[in-house]
Amino acid sequence: MSENNEPRRSAAPDPDRNPDALPPETQPAPAPEAESGAPVKDAALVTSLDTAGGAMRPSAVPVSAQSGSLPGTDDSDSVLRKIFTGNGIVTILAVLLALILGGLLIASTDKVVAATSSYFFARPTDFLAAVWSAATSSYVALFQGSVFNPRGSGVGGQFAPLMETLTIATPLITAGLGVALAFRAGLFNIGAQGQIIMAGILAAWVGFALDLPVGLHLLLVLIAGVIGGAVWGGLVGVLKARTGAHEVIVTIMFNYIALYLVRYLLDTPAFQRPGETTPISPILDPSAVYPQIFGSQYRLHIGFLLAIAATIFVSWLLNRSTIGFEFRAVGANPKAALTAGINVPRATILVMTIAGGLAGLAGVAQVAGTEKVLTDGVAATYGFDAITVALLGRSTPWGTFAAGVLFGAFRAGAVQMQIQTGTPIDIVLVVQSLIVLFIAAPPLVRAIFGLNPRKKKAATAGKSQKAAATGGAA
Amino acid sequence: MKNSLRATFKRGSMAGVATAGAAALLLTGCGAAPTASSSATPSASNYTGCIVSDSGGFDDQSFNQSSYEGLKKAEKDLGIKVNQAESKTNNDFEPNLRAMVTAGCNLTVTVGFLLGDATKAQATANPDKHFAIIDFGYETPISNVKPIIYDTAQAAFLAGYLAAGTTKTGTVATFGGIKIPTVTIFMDGYADGVKYYNEKNGKDVKVLGWDKAKQDGSFTGDFEKQDKGKQFTQNFLDQGADIVMPVAGPVGKGAGAALKEAKAAGKDVKLIWVDSDGFLTAPDYKDIMLSSVMKQMGEAVETVVKEDKDGKFSNTPYVGTLANDGVQLAPFHDMDSQVPAELKTQLDQIKKDIADGKLKVESAASPKV
Repeated sequence: MSENNEPRRSAAPDPDRNPDALPPETQPAPAPEAESGAPVKDAALVTSLDTAGGAMRPSAVPVSAQSGSLPGTDDSDSVLRKIFTGNGIVTILAVLLALILGGLLIASTDKVVAATSSYFFARPTDFLAAVWSAATSSYVALFQGSVFNPRGSGVGGQFAPLMETLTIATPLITAGLGVALAFRAGLFNIGAQGQIIMAGILAAWVGFALDLPVGLHLLLVLIAGVIGGAVWGGLVGVLKARTGAHEVIVTIMFNYIALYLVRYLLDTPAFQRPGETTPISPILDPSAVYPQIFGSQYRLHIGFLLAIAATIFVSWLLNRSTIGFEFRAVGANPKAALTAGINVPRATILVMTIAGGLAGLAGVAQVAGTEKVLTDGVAATYGFDAITVALLGRSTPWGTFAAGVLFGAFRAGAVQMQIQTGTPIDIVLVVQSLIVLFIAAPPLVRAIFGLNPRKKKAATAGKSQKAAATGGAA
Repeated sequence: MKNSLRATFKRGSMAGVATAGAAALLLTGCGAAPTASSSATPSASNYTGCIVSDSGGFDDQSFNQSSYEGLKKAEKDLGIKVNQAESKTNNDFEPNLRAMVTAGCNLTVTVGFLLGDATKAQATANPDKHFAIIDFGYETPISNVKPIIYDTAQAAFLAGYLAAGTTKTGTVATFGGIKIPTVTIFMDGYADGVKYYNEKNGKDVKVLGWDKAKQDGSFTGDFEKQDKGKQFTQNFLDQGADIVMPVAGPVGKGAGAALKEAKAAGKDVKLIWVDSDGFLTAPDYKDIMLSSVMKQMGEAVETVVKEDKDGKFSNTPYVGTLANDGVQLAPFHDMDSQVPAELKTQLDQIKKDIADGKLKVESAASPKV
């Protein structure tokens, strides 16, 4: 993605690099051409976007305070704002393009479409109707599986899909935050998968092996999990800081170590159910699992609240704390940071420890929240999805949060897409990846539709510079 | 430069798509439209049978696939409706199962021990729905869950005996994917079959890859990486084995590839497939396929669906054995001439003895019923 930045950066000064040079009217707006002249409206919009329309608790840091950013970072960009600031029309086109391409893909795997295509020239309406219904029914199923299902029983049943979305989003958000935080310090943390597994091992063991009173038990599970992830991440930081070992290699290897360790442990009696030899741990004690927020009919557990808290924490850490400043300084230019008197090795170790701890929260959400047992699939693919989530969220806390919810919605909707319409799960995942791809790459969309951002920029002078630059960076 | 590139891309892609689409339509779209009266075959029943896979998916060439095919066969034969959900990760089990219950499934088949807890939870919450779970049995039976399990050691015993009687080098081998009971039960039976052959015939055929007493042996670590299977098999060949039984789903293809190479180099080597008749399901390795240890999961699934549809559901476990043909040793097909007649007679006798209970095949992983 950053490659797209390069030519523009050389062509025109990047506003992010000169915060002072920003003209006042570059505050983001949903449709820059139409509304960017209304600062009051913009401020309200920014607040509402930062809190996802009031559904989330507001960021600890006002967005306006975040705009004074370090070189190479732009923390003020959440995914939603990215969508709106980039270029309204491009975003709409991106979604449209993804839906059309995805729809064609779905249609191409549909049996009715295949049947009607054999007599296309005899009666083309059949074929077109089949394509239309195959595509739309899939998207309706995606929506019904992730947000609102009108056929559910009562209001509770109708909103059950939304709860499911948030449940799946929980580990994605926390693990994504871990990845994003390390990205900001210039570290490619590919190790969320291993950190989740290590957290899962420790948290699960505390959960099923110890017999403790209610409250204390869950607290210990939580602490054990976070420590497990933090140690696994921190070790990477130590290796990087002390020996210079590249964190990508180290984290990938640590993922393998964690995976085979959990497989080994599940082969030992200590982690198996008494009297059984299958590699699956006993179920965690009821006192060791997260309470469900809205009762037992939803899987949504208080891990989600912790994910919100973690987002606020990371937002504070990055934007308001000295340590966060050091992290960003190291990420921007380690040598300059060193010259400026920042202890780079310490920052490296610390950021990896915190990142590991955040991924550890995801591990706890898995064993104490949804799965309630330890298997070798405890991390699912969350550790790797977290990388996409962090990148899609531009490595900002609330951006990661929004991207996590988006991914959660896709994963939750995939179930209904598969069952209601019979679309193969692989096609479902391809379609979702296409949507993410187009949302994340406005330049691609511009290229496809032949929209030239340079011409537009010239026409509106400095006004839309910011929009074009951020759009290009997305 | 950039502009021209983009223009090319634009023009090229549009033209390409249009051409491809037009070509596809020209090639396929010339049929006659069906008349309105030719309606689809009416669904004979309101009964819905559903299936949820584990993370292997329905194309795993193993138990997910066999069970799925069984249900699809029931769809055709019994005229039922079928719903399927493939799980990509362990996290998908519960949502998939919930969705099946909501979708109104009469019977939901779940595949594998990993779904044990999720199935139990949904079965307890929905006592009016029926479930069947493949390759897993509960310690305390649940009234609306029918376990479908296999005493695979019985058929694997025959395979071990066959391998010991066919080997030229006096060494045979096996390896597993992951050390779980449904895998080790094959290896136990195989090792015991070889042992039984040695006792009966005063030979000393060695088994590589599994030590039944220690319950430990060679495992590739997953059911995905075929190159590992190839590596393991090459190691076994270097150690003098000439017959290999991989118990690792698709990883078995790696073993097949290594054996084919060895055969091309002039060695006389053979492969024993598992789960399904490899001669039919893995035809690439036909020429080295000695036999297969089959678990007839498709048939079992169809039977359970039929029983449930006829209102005869019970939670008594279905246990596949040699006696009820739930597990079998596959025919030798092209290898038939290479198996001595005497050995075939002995195998028939052993099969009869096991089925009658005269000969006991024991494995730590055998279903406890």
